[in-house]
This record gives sequence, C-alpha cells and structure tokens, in this order.
Amino acid sequence: MNIYGVLAIYRFEMSRTRRTLIQSIVAPVITTSLYFIVFGAAIGSRIQEVGGVSYGAFIVPGLIMLNLLTNSISNGSFGIYFPKFMGTVYEILSAPVSTLEIVLGYVGAAASKALLLGFIILLTASLFIELRIAHPLIMLAFLILTAISFSLLGFILGIWADNFEKLSVVPTLVITPLVFLGGSFYSTDMLPPFWQTVSLFNPVLYLVSGLRWSFYEISDVNVWVSLGSVLLFLLICFGLVVWIFKTGYKLRS
Amino acid sequence: MNDVAEPILKISDLCKTYSGGFNALKNVSLEIGKGEIVALLGPNGAGKTTLISAICGIVRPTSGKITVAGYDIVDDYRKTRSLIGLVPQELTTDSFETVFNTVSFSRGLFGRPPDPAHIERVLTALSLWDKRDSKIITLSGGMKRRVLIAKALSHEPSVLFLDEPTAGVDVSLRKDMWKIVRELRESGVTIILTTHYIEEAEEIADRVGVINHGEMVLIEDKQILMRKLGQKQLMLDLVEPLRQLPASLADFALDLTEHGTRLIYTFDSHEQRTDITALLDGLKSAGIAFRDLQTSQSSLEDIFVNLVEGASKGPAEQEAEP
Repeated sequence: MNIYGVLAIYRFEMSRTRRTLIQSIVAPVITTSLYFIVFGAAIGSRIQEVGGVSYGAFIVPGLIMLNLLTNSISNGSFGIYFPKFMGTVYEILSAPVSTLEIVLGYVGAAASKALLLGFIILLTASLFIELRIAHPLIMLAFLILTAISFSLLGFILGIWADNFEKLSVVPTLVITPLVFLGGSFYSTDMLPPFWQTVSLFNPVLYLVSGLRWSFYEISDVNVWVSLGSVLLFLLICFGLVVWIFKTGYKLRS
Repeated sequence: MNDVAEPILKISDLCKTYSGGFNALKNVSLEIGKGEIVALLGPNGAGKTTLISAICGIVRPTSGKITVAGYDIVDDYRKTRSLIGLVPQELTTDSFETVFNTVSFSRGLFGRPPDPAHIERVLTALSLWDKRDSKIITLSGGMKRRVLIAKALSHEPSVLFLDEPTAGVDVSLRKDMWKIVRELRESGVTIILTTHYIEEAEEIADRVGVINHGEMVLIEDKQILMRKLGQKQLMLDLVEPLRQLPASLADFALDLTEHGTRLIYTFDSHEQRTDITALLDGLKSAGIAFRDLQTSQSSLEDIFVNLVEGASKGPAEQEAEP
C-alpha cells in the first residue's frame, strides 16, 4: 500500500479547501442560515408540527442532507476534474498508486470536507433551534456513508465530464431536484397517495428519511431499508470507479 | 537495434493504435543503458510523446513489452513507476500551490517518505530554493519548467524522461537545462529526452534515436551516426566566374553556384580516397583559379532532415549502411 501517496493526495485536496475557505465553508453556512430564517422562522411559524417535531427542527436533517449531497458531489468531481482540466493528472496516472489508493485520497478528502460541512451546519442549526439527536451513532453512519457514496459519484462525474457544463449539469439538474422532492422540507405523508408512491423511487428520500429517524425517530421509510439503500449505492459507485480505472475510461488512452 | 550492456529500459515490439485507428507506434524496439543520455528526435506527431507515455503508464500499449530495470511496467507497475521521473511537455502545474508543497506532494505521491532535506537539495540545484514559498502562478515559464523537473526528481528516480524540456525556452535557460541534464547523468540518472532541436541532441546526447510515423527509423551512437551519415563539402570561391563546368571535371560530384563563382565538391570524409588532390589537379589543368576555399561537415540537422524526408522510402532502406 502506497500510504504516502494516499496521504499526499488527501493533504493536497484538504489544502485546497483551506485556500477556498469562503467558497467551501462560509457560503454553505450562510445559505443554511437563510433557510432557517425563511423556512424555519418565517414560514415554519405558520406550519403545524410534523410528527410531533417543530417544523424548524424537522427540516434540519433535510438541510444537512442537501448540503452533504451537493458538497460531496462537487468536492469529488472537482478534485479529479481540475487535474484533468489543468493537465496535472499525468502525475497521478504515472505514479505508483493503485485505483483504491487514488480513490482513498480523492474521495476520502471530498467526504471529509463534506462531513466537516455537515457538522458545521449541525452547529449552525443548533443556534436557531433546540436539537435532539436520538441515535447519534446511526446519524454518524448515515452522514459518513452518504458523504462517501456521493463523493464517489462526484468522482465518477469528474472523470466523465470534459467541460464545466457537464460538471454542473448533474448536481443542478438531477441532485438538487431529487433533494427538494425527497422529503427534505416535508413528510411524504403530506403528499397525495400517488405522489407518495412516486417519491419511493427517489433515492434521496431514503437518505433524508433515515437521517431524520436518527434525530427524531420519525421516518417515511424503514431506517434499515434506508441504510441498506445507501450501502448498495456506495457499492455501485465503487464498482463503477473500479471499472473506470480498469478500462482507463476517459483517463488513459 | 543496438545491444546495450546493462539495459535499464527495454522496449520490445511496442505498438500503440488509438481508438480512432491511428497507429502511433509501430513495432518499436529499443534498449537504453544505465546512465545514458538518449535523445529522441522526430517531427510533430511522430510518436515521441506516445512512446514516453506508454513507458510511464499514461498510455496503454496495444501490444509489446516494456521493462524498467528488469521489471514489467504492467505487472510490476509500482516498482517501475517509482523508478521513473517524467517532465511533461506542457507547463502543467498546480498554479495556486507553493513550489515547496507541490514538489513535496510529488515525492509523497511516488511513495517516498517526507524528506525536506532532499527537497531543499533539488530546489537548490535548480535555483528554485529562493522561490520555495512562491505560488507557481507567479513564476516565469522557465521557472515553471524547473519546478516540473524538481517534481520529477523529488522521488529520486533512476530514469528521467524529459519531453521537449527546452521547447519555448530562451537560449540561456536552454544552456542551463543542458547543464542540469549533464549533472543528473553524473549522479547516475539515465535520461531520455525528446526534442525538436537538433543542436540539443548534438550537444548533450550519447545516442540519438529518430522516430517518424511511429517507427524507430534509427537509434545510433551520436558520434558514429554523424561519422556514418555525415558528408563533407569543399567550397571553392573562383577568381573568374564559370558559365559551365569543363568536361574534364565531369567525374567529380561538383555543383556550380553563386552565378558561377563558387564550386561545391561533396565527398565522404571517411572514404580512403576523397579525390581532393585529383580535383585540384584537374582545376589547375583546366586553368581554373580560386581565391579561397573552405570545408563544412553536415550537421545532425542535415542528417535528420535527410532521414525524415527519406522515410517514405521505408525504414529498412534507411537503416542500411550509407
């Protein structure tokens, strides 16, 4: 195992976060605060409790998941796309590092950054509402598994994309709608039966629901089904990455 | 190809066909000895960069075998890649990172533990130590090229590939680069460089390889090559211009130029008989007087141009003795 290689990639990626602190950390915190002010305080005060939880508290897991997903994808995709764009990827491809080591370095850093952001948002939320976390370990499991799987998805996007438009198309046109329609700000009970069924096809619903269960023990789907789904998604993404390096898809000609 | 006593790099029947069907490398075989400096010459698109990329693991060969220090580049990729340093053609750097950090990153990436003292030595040797805390974006093109060399040397490689190291570099920096290359060789590093500049190959290489249309047209000791293929010319500036050559001189390979004021005699300096004496006697007999004379040796550039232009005749023909 080339542990120095993994650490080199990991540290390099983390140092990029330090250089772009405002974009990486400050901006999402401000955006989240705005969500709390608008949804939690202004609109939330007119909404009844959801499942025995105040609306402001109800949306916390959804907001964390929204940021975790988008941040994991953007970190993961940018981490590998940028060397491709700049041409510095030659060094990674010619280095004595295996697929697993490259993934550990890039995806590990992307997931670490996303998790850090998730915890910062959790702290920010605690400034606005009284937080209760019923199952901290399950919460941690959801946060870690989600950060890793979506950083992997981002990594795949970064390899697939050959321009900046492609890089942003999936997060903007696929992930954000899925998060908004995945019960981040509402319970699927509030939807008509037809749309409740449609929602079950939205993978993000399982993530938000599972994370919300770890907080308040209320969920749209069984927590173990949620956990199983995110594990399955992680395996699929990892399989894809292994295939990419095996075939050299968009990396080695 | 030449037999090398202790090859550190061995390439056998290497072929690369890109997905579009373009044959970038056609049965390239090559052996490079430890501590050699080999220059690969060739026009744009000849296959030089593809060859280097295949050795370094960036491009997947279609067929053939490559070993570095006896290790296969596919089966033992960790070993071979850790022995190789690559300086790419393009100035591709992490613009917002500092010089020291980016070079340290390369060392770690190639599996070596941190060694600030070694990084300092490399940066000092490349006149970059003063710039260690500068962001790469603030450096000049020449400095960036040095950073790329420092990155490639950070993990103490045995083989260094320099892909057009002096492209777009001014004369003084080019000479600095040559000095660095020589010093590296003295420290035991084998160097393979590609270049468009014939003078570069002439100046620093031990052996010269010429690639054209994906084929290794020749690989030869530089001195032998120049002796083998080099022709000499004797130029005679005449006192009176000639309208045409007298019939008595028809047996000599003569050209009349400069409006009949200059005679050029082309000969092989390594032949037993160059017939210069006979030519001078012939001129005297014909009453042709000259006021000056000089000789010139064909350069590697002339040899290269002849080879590349003649490649359409087929490599086998080119490899034959002239």
